[in-house]
Amino acid sequence: MFATLNPALILIVGALLVPLLRGRARSLYMLALPLAGLVQLVLLPSGEYGHWQVFEYTLTTLRIDGLSFVFGLIFFVAAFLGVLYALHVEDTLQHVAALVYAGAALGATFAGDLITLFIFWELTAVSSVFLIWARRTERAYRSGVRYLIIQVGSGVILLAGIILHAHETGSIAFDNIGLSGLASTLIFIAFGIKCAFPLLHNWLQDAYPEATVTGTVVLSAFTTKLAVYALARGFPGTELLLYIGATMTAFPIFFAVIENDMRRVLSYSLNNQLGFMVAGIGVGTELAINGTVAHAFCHILYKALLFMSMGAVLYRVGTIKASQLGGLYKSMPLTAGFCIVGSMSISAFPLFSGFISKSLILGAVAAEQYWGVWLVLLFASAGVLDHSGIKIPFFTFFAHDSGKRCAEAPTNMLWAMGLTAFACIAIGVYPEPLYAILPYAVDYIPYTTTHVITQLQLLLFSAMAFAILYRRGVYPPEIPALNLDFDWVYRRLGRRLMAVSRTAIGGTDRAIRQALHRQGLRLLTGLFRHHGPHGILARTWPTGSMVLWVAVLLGAYLIFYYAGAR
Amino acid sequence: MIDAHLPVLQVAVPLILAPACVLFRNGRAAWLVALLGSAWTLVCAGLLLAHVVQSGPWDYAIGGWPPPWGIALRIDTVNSFVLLLVATIATVVIAYAPRSVAAEIDAPQHTLFYSAYLLCLAGLSGIAATGDAFNLFVFLEISSLSSYAMIAMGQDRRALTASFQYLVMGTIGATFILIGVGLLYMMTGTLNMADLAARIPAVGETTTVRAAFAFLTVGISLKIALLPLHLWLPNAYAYAPSIVTAFLAATATKVAVYVLLRFFFTVFGASFSFTSMNLDIVLLPFSLVAIVAASLVAIFQSNVKRMLAYSSVAQIGYMTLGISLFNLTGLTATIVHLFNHALMKGALFLALGCVVYRLSSANIAQFAGLGRRMPWTMAAFVAGGLSLIGVPLTAGFISKWLLILAALENGWWPVAVLIVAASLLAVIYIWRVVEPAYFKPMPAQAVRSEAPLSLLLPTWALVAANVYFGLDTSLTADIAGLAASDLMGAPR
Repeated sequence: MFATLNPALILIVGALLVPLLRGRARSLYMLALPLAGLVQLVLLPSGEYGHWQVFEYTLTTLRIDGLSFVFGLIFFVAAFLGVLYALHVEDTLQHVAALVYAGAALGATFAGDLITLFIFWELTAVSSVFLIWARRTERAYRSGVRYLIIQVGSGVILLAGIILHAHETGSIAFDNIGLSGLASTLIFIAFGIKCAFPLLHNWLQDAYPEATVTGTVVLSAFTTKLAVYALARGFPGTELLLYIGATMTAFPIFFAVIENDMRRVLSYSLNNQLGFMVAGIGVGTELAINGTVAHAFCHILYKALLFMSMGAVLYRVGTIKASQLGGLYKSMPLTAGFCIVGSMSISAFPLFSGFISKSLILGAVAAEQYWGVWLVLLFASAGVLDHSGIKIPFFTFFAHDSGKRCAEAPTNMLWAMGLTAFACIAIGVYPEPLYAILPYAVDYIPYTTTHVITQLQLLLFSAMAFAILYRRGVYPPEIPALNLDFDWVYRRLGRRLMAVSRTAIGGTDRAIRQALHRQGLRLLTGLFRHHGPHGILARTWPTGSMVLWVAVLLGAYLIFYYAGAR
Repeated sequence: MIDAHLPVLQVAVPLILAPACVLFRNGRAAWLVALLGSAWTLVCAGLLLAHVVQSGPWDYAIGGWPPPWGIALRIDTVNSFVLLLVATIATVVIAYAPRSVAAEIDAPQHTLFYSAYLLCLAGLSGIAATGDAFNLFVFLEISSLSSYAMIAMGQDRRALTASFQYLVMGTIGATFILIGVGLLYMMTGTLNMADLAARIPAVGETTTVRAAFAFLTVGISLKIALLPLHLWLPNAYAYAPSIVTAFLAATATKVAVYVLLRFFFTVFGASFSFTSMNLDIVLLPFSLVAIVAASLVAIFQSNVKRMLAYSSVAQIGYMTLGISLFNLTGLTATIVHLFNHALMKGALFLALGCVVYRLSSANIAQFAGLGRRMPWTMAAFVAGGLSLIGVPLTAGFISKWLLILAALENGWWPVAVLIVAASLLAVIYIWRVVEPAYFKPMPAQAVRSEAPLSLLLPTWALVAANVYFGLDTSLTADIAGLAASDLMGAPR
């Protein structure tokens, strides 16, 4: 019984006991939960457990194999870091929601059949929304409702796909599904919503920046990576994913560049990073899947680190608008340092974690000769440096001095950031242990002269692009103004891009929206007229007219049945 | 000794205890009697179900008179399942009763209420147990008359008109059923269901039998409140005392659905009803319209009790939809949903009863901040609501799953899509209650005032049942599957 206990349940059930504890005991207990789950996961040999009979279907609630093991491992690590980062928070709701949410994501990862997957899929949606609502502002509430509707909607689409799939194939096993027919398309779309495919992505940038300081850190780790896992399990080698992934890497860059809210910048950059993983799944070779898994692993760490550092700033300063920040390195030197480690990791500097995972994906794309996609990914890699590598630390901690002075982040936050930063560097310097647990054998050496030099060239040239922009922008009279002007150039470029598209499609878009809005209103008033409290369907009818209905129906039935007789 | 007479004791004991209630002239004692009576039916129903599952249908002749002359009771998987449902709900609701009744019904009427309650229970059990078509009408009247009385006990004066309307409509329904049975008697010379089933095929092509079929369709549709004959239901549920609403919503319409199954599958025979009379074509449009329209109406209601009443109309649509799909899975879905819907609506109306107990109102405006004022009550409401929506791990999911599979079996994609879409409508109307309860501040002077434990325990018992039957389907889906195959393969 306990030998094959589902590690995810340790988090979910354990979370329910958190409200009973207080103070130090609660802190220790919450830190122990993910560790206990991690130990249980490591002790479990590969295989399928937890079978459960429902109707004619056998659910497999726990499946440990190469793919689910890696994701389980990093999810537990992320859960631990998230708990550590949030230890100072008094709000019990957030702790319970975060643990249940992490547990649900793990449960979905370990699901061996589609129904179990669906149950945990919906549980991640329902539990995570509390991390947004816990901010307790009207804005967060509305954003949370939108988030919930989209997430639950993805679950409903998934369920529809599962039912069709079960009906067509008679099997509910969660294995390679492959994109063909309506059932798999529905499942694909459901995964795509959670994975923030282009045009299905808006919930991410809408909701994540609205969550609480600690909530965003937790949110960034699980939902989208669960979707990556699900895609890697169900649709490896689907060529469409290659192009979706390439689009995903490229388009968020423009938005990230013009965005002022730093946590929203990170949300766009999250989207961009997901693109690399999706492209990797699209290639579908062993090297590519390895790259996707490794990139997800590293990405969870450095993205959490970046969100942690921005969260610490928000926590201490009270705002996360780039225009109001700057010069914080004097107040928060450690946070600044950790943020730079995160930035260098996401930009894939050699010796940082992003380098050893992203090169796997790029290598796999090149090996299959998708040169167009390869170029897009390369361009996106340079873009990452722009918005995440330079913009995030530069405008927050350096740039012009905003004059804001505050305390360094709380100790538990520093520990969480420190551990994560250590992991980012450790993986970058010594990637072999990570390579060893990937689903397929790795014979890839990241630190060859060519790789390092290519990457450094890429990074240096994009840095040089900055320098040129910076020179040709406005002549710098003094340093603080320079930065602002540079910001202005930076934004104008983006704006101009936006303006072009706005004039091109804005008018039609507005017309369509207004028409839809009008139709929607008309539909609602119509509905209200018929179904509202005084509508024809809802008002209290006089007894006589009820009886009339009875007579009419009787007549109709008699005619119908007699007609059937002839 | 008692063992041999279980079928009749199931019905007779509450029938005899009902007048005993009045004799006591004391609300407390009457309640104890009602509790005993309900618990007794629960024990009987449990034993009957076990017996039937093990050793097949049980024919029982009252007083030792064999069927053509005496009244026969016939217990098989279908009705023992319904009996168990009625007895379970009756017991849970009566355990909940004392405080709620004290709050909502005038003291002098308490003994009468418990007496009417037992009569209603006896009537519903009798409908389910009997194997005689005329006897079924008699029990239908017993249960209906007692429920008119119970509804009229509501504090709102509109309860009287609601009850009167229900009385008129219910009587018309019962009369139609009686006319239908009378026409059948005219053609076959028997009232025993088994005999009817044997003799109808010979006269099936006559217009008299077809007229009987039409009268029965309308009469039973009235009783189950299938749209557009549902008009009596919302007011009756909204203005009746909370406990009456909970009891009737969970049992009366379910027993009526059983009557539908019994007449059209057993008495007329599935192939006559569906192949020759096209009952599926008759039921399908009304079911679909009921599911969508009643859900939409529920969204716009401002009284939560009325909202749930309209939701019941929609849920009845799901049950008749399962029948009109006319395949084994669909019929199983109907029987499972009959059971599960009783559990979820029971839990919801009992939770609502807790709210009314504290606030004396079921208006949505009163729900502001209720999540903090009555956390356990609202948690029960949310759990019941999730089951109503059909969220996995709840009983509601099992019903919806089976129903969707049944629709797909026929290849009716649009119907399957509509079932899912209607679940989303349920999300909206449940959310309209949850939103003020959890996201609006409490009124300034309000304090935390959770309902007493005697109300919460029965409510949570039903909530627990909703979760249990969402995880373990061996009682519901398996027995319903047995019952469905019995009905489908019923001898003609």
